[in-house]
Amino acid sequence: MNDVRDLTNLTVTHALALLRSGELACTDLVCAFLERIERLEPQLHAFITLTPELALQQAAAADRQYIRARKDNEFAPPLLGIPLAVKDLLALAGVRCTCGSRILDNFVPPYSATAVQRLLDAGVVILGKTNTDEFAMGSSTENSAYGVTRNPWNPAHVPGGSSGGSAAAVAARMTPAALGTDTGGSVRQPASFCGVTGLKPTYGRVSRFGLVAYGSSLDTVGVFARTAEDVALLFSHMAGFDPRDATSVDLPLPLLRLDGDINLKGVRIGVPQEYFVKGIQPEVERVVKAAITHMEKLGAVVLPISLPHTEYALPVYYLIAPAEASANLARYDGIRFGPRVEAESVLDLFCETRGKLFGAEVKRRIMLGTYALSAGYYDAYYGQAQKVRTLIKRDFEKAFELVDVIAAPVAPSTAFKIGEHTDDPLAMYLEDVFTLPANLAGIPGLAFPVGFDHQGLPVGMQLMGAPFGEEMLLRLAHVYQQTTTWHVQAPTGIN
Amino acid sequence: MTPMLTPQEVEHIARLARLALTDEEKKRFRQQLSEILEYAARLQALDTGDILPTFSVLPSQNVLRADEIQRSLDTEDILRNAAKTEDHQFRVPPVLDVP
Repeated sequence: MNDVRDLTNLTVTHALALLRSGELACTDLVCAFLERIERLEPQLHAFITLTPELALQQAAAADRQYIRARKDNEFAPPLLGIPLAVKDLLALAGVRCTCGSRILDNFVPPYSATAVQRLLDAGVVILGKTNTDEFAMGSSTENSAYGVTRNPWNPAHVPGGSSGGSAAAVAARMTPAALGTDTGGSVRQPASFCGVTGLKPTYGRVSRFGLVAYGSSLDTVGVFARTAEDVALLFSHMAGFDPRDATSVDLPLPLLRLDGDINLKGVRIGVPQEYFVKGIQPEVERVVKAAITHMEKLGAVVLPISLPHTEYALPVYYLIAPAEASANLARYDGIRFGPRVEAESVLDLFCETRGKLFGAEVKRRIMLGTYALSAGYYDAYYGQAQKVRTLIKRDFEKAFELVDVIAAPVAPSTAFKIGEHTDDPLAMYLEDVFTLPANLAGIPGLAFPVGFDHQGLPVGMQLMGAPFGEEMLLRLAHVYQQTTTWHVQAPTGIN
Repeated sequence: MTPMLTPQEVEHIARLARLALTDEEKKRFRQQLSEILEYAARLQALDTGDILPTFSVLPSQNVLRADEIQRSLDTEDILRNAAKTEDHQFRVPPVLDVP
């Protein structure tokens, strides 16, 4: 077990068993990941900030705690010694948090996000903060002010976004798990492009406290790992009510028990016709349909369904999210945090600081959102979008009267080439067409690998569930992963 | 078809959004925002006469808590992130005209 390659190939669940039994020292595990990061980071650029000193300190403390636990039967926290990477949109006290933006270049948060703090309390070791599109606005991680992250399956391709750094790091075995955020697909789409498992929880299930706000009615904190089992384990320690987030929901979290039972008898899977339309890459359709057939063979009942307002999700999202963003990002004015561009008047200071330090996509969305909320246009754009959002939500409510889960592709294509969409914002937005509806309706979504295209790039499948139905999604993916091997394939684009 | 945004509208939005834009940016955003808004105009074809908006997916309600004294963040930790401070305050250019 001392081969570095083997250690970085461990799942969270397996590593935890070895740490607990004393067969593996946390310091060895963390060193293996830090060495692999050092080797692969120049090729992939998955991180904005690395925290090796913090990681080694936490690892040494974890080793001491495990020794005490074994000797004196002391309590060991449930995730003690498990390495984790955190998207640079979630606050970790004392460590720079840039959100992929120059406007927060030197910002050091004085507190940690609740999701991060809960995992720290459960014993995780932090390896670093991962790359993201600026303020999570993007679908490729090309909008980061700190450089482009590359896809471990083929470095000429994007890792997806906005949590592209986290997805690439998990795929490349630079970390066994990572946190992301999902406002319009930012966990599921990069999980699909990088061939890993990623969960977007129900809105309100995981506290947003310490998640830097983009679209507050849509933002969720999610998690990446290489198996549904690992995702379930981490999710169970992040979720739950938090008095610091007024939209966090006070509901008990079911014990996520993913047992060895591979029977899907009686599970009703809905396949929405609107997600298999012209324009989707034929291989994506073929591979996702094969995965659905596989689940049918395991006992699931597959039913065709319709979500008639699907085509409106894109324009609805690209009015609501920018509108919320234009308000949320008003706080970046050069006064309280981040660098500032000096000017004679306060107004000029605001305008110059924001004009110089925000990137193009952030400015574009602030402009779009400001327009949608401005006098004379509010009803036609923002108001109408919120009404159509109701129709989209109702589509799902009706569907979940008939089926337990909805199966669909995550994105219309596999990972596209770096630079392919950078000059055409609308073409980039179209990448999100299958992930936006779940955010607008607030329902959970899970992405996991179900095959490859002819270029050897991973294809992901998306399962969507009723509100607070994460357990069902994770159980289906777990059963799928116990009976297939797509999720254990390692990327071929790195050395 | 939605008419193209005018240069004056772009200036107006930029001013509302407190963004100093270059001439090149104004030109590009005018084109791109017009295209996106034209795409979004398809929403207007839907009849939503009796549909209520979904501002939040959760039932909206006031969230109350007991008014208890809690520790707040340390002032120094907060001020450390500001570009300019003086006497435990954020320093900004003059807000009022001094005669």
